[in-house]
Amino acid sequence: MADARARYWRSAEPRRSYDVVIVGGGGHGLSTAYYLARNHGLTDVCVVEKGWLAGGNMARNTTIIRSNYLWDESAAIYEHSLKLWEGLEDELGFDLQFSQRGVLNLAHHLGDVRSSLRRVNANRLNGVDAEWLTPEEVRAFCPIVNVSPDLRYPVLGATLQRRGGIARHDKVAWGYAARASDLGVDIVEHAEVVGFLRGPDGRLEGVRTTRGDIRAGRVALSAAGHTSVLASMLGLRLPLQSHPLQALVSVLLEPVLDCVVMSNAVHVYVSQAEKGELVMGAGIDAYNSYAQRGSFHVIERQMAAAVELFPIFAHAKLLRTWGGIVDVCPDASPIISATPIENLFINCGWGTGGFKATPGAGWVFADLVANGRPGELARPFSLERFTIGALIDEHGAAAVAH
Amino acid sequence: MLLIRCPWCGPRDEVEFRYGGQAGISYPSDPDALSDEEWADYLFMRDNPKGEFRERWVHAHGCRRWFNAVRSTVTHEIRATFPIGEEPPA
Ligand SMILES: Cc1cc2nc3c(=O)[nH]c(=O)nc-3n(C[C@H](O)[C@H](O)[C@H](O)COP(=O)(O)OP(=O)(O)OC[C@H]3O[C@@H](n4cnc5c(N)ncnc54)[C@H](O)[C@@H]3O)c2cc1C
Ligand SMILES: [Zn+2]
Repeated sequence: MADARARYWRSAEPRRSYDVVIVGGGGHGLSTAYYLARNHGLTDVCVVEKGWLAGGNMARNTTIIRSNYLWDESAAIYEHSLKLWEGLEDELGFDLQFSQRGVLNLAHHLGDVRSSLRRVNANRLNGVDAEWLTPEEVRAFCPIVNVSPDLRYPVLGATLQRRGGIARHDKVAWGYAARASDLGVDIVEHAEVVGFLRGPDGRLEGVRTTRGDIRAGRVALSAAGHTSVLASMLGLRLPLQSHPLQALVSVLLEPVLDCVVMSNAVHVYVSQAEKGELVMGAGIDAYNSYAQRGSFHVIERQMAAAVELFPIFAHAKLLRTWGGIVDVCPDASPIISATPIENLFINCGWGTGGFKATPGAGWVFADLVANGRPGELARPFSLERFTIGALIDEHGAAAVAH
Repeated sequence: MLLIRCPWCGPRDEVEFRYGGQAGISYPSDPDALSDEEWADYLFMRDNPKGEFRERWVHAHGCRRWFNAVRSTVTHEIRATFPIGEEPPA
């Protein structure tokens, strides 16, 4: 396997200096590198990753892709991303197992129903495909969901985005890495950024890594859960809190589920991977953490909800659980922004839901880093929104679910 | 699951508590005097250290009192819990 991966991209020795250094070799850092080269002709670019390529949240997420967010700003960026997904296998020349199998978001109480209907209407006005299904229609679309009114949190309906689905996350990372590498980008693994190079006037001039100093014209942070740690080395405070987010898989089962089902209210979301395992995600643990593991009671609660909604799952056995560290913003929306530090740009705060944004975030972040100012899609997600009060509250559509 | 020592009730399971984030963020004494940047700082900016963190918890399903803790965000070990207004043991 190591050999196969080595053939996908060149593993580079870091040079002394680059136009752009991207910190973090997850999905976002790699797609940013690719679009810097492809869209802006910037190839003097290095991605530095402290561990192995895409071993962070990119390897740990439940791969749900959708664009049915409430507000115009979010619909625009997530839909841009979904459109990129729809052409991505051709673009990268990689089989990403991208499957638009439809995503159901269940509604369990009157408040849910109202906000779901509102979201369907908002989505349609924004050109995002969205449908409302009655409980009977939910059952027709996904026969194993229990729509009995006797449930503690009965299914009162669901929104459906047919263009939503899943993809194989590690292949997405390898695809971006391979094509970025082909275009001349250096990908450097096992190089942790431990500090920053500042000029005599305090100017940001590069990064200090465990594999030596690297000078950079611009530094682009794409470090997900560790963004605050890096920013604090520069004295920059951000509206981010890092939390554990857990997921799990069952043993391999015969096909029982051919769509994605999510329920914010009872905190469970599930799909069945091609191999046959059920892939399920939980809610975040309440406390701040960098430990990449969470508490078992969170998993227990999630399983209780899953078994009530899908009685057939009672037969499934848990195979393994794991955790990632997600960077949560107060309005459940990302930050794509220049910063008070010249030449420092950040893409973070994607929290529990940034996998679906991998192509779109890389696209707009590359544009910001290349031009030094945000384009239309990124502008609303600047740091300034916390000062001017223009928050993009996506708790309804993002919440804990993806 | 964490075992958290409520300063009044003793050690209890984490599920009895709710989390309150960073400790020691007090309401501005003169709110009218704050600039937009200072409001943003008060409302939204938070420390997010990898290491020891001073944070608030409330014993929601117990005595319902708030208290502070010093906990490692790497190991989850809780070094001390203590009433608000007091200092943790060194
Ligand atoms: C359990 C779980 C389930 C999820 N489910 C979904 C889902 O279904 N749908 C969805 O859209 N999103 C989901 N997400 C969220 C999604 O995974 C993230 O938002 C997204 O992966 C973040 O971008 P990234 O891929 O670049 O992050 P990461 O892969 O975490 O990349 C950040 C990289 O930065 C590196 N780094 C950090 N510090 C340094 C340093 N000092 N020097 C060098 N490198 C550094 C890290 O090692 C890491 O590789 C889920 C997340 C988790 C944890
Ligand atoms: Zn108590």
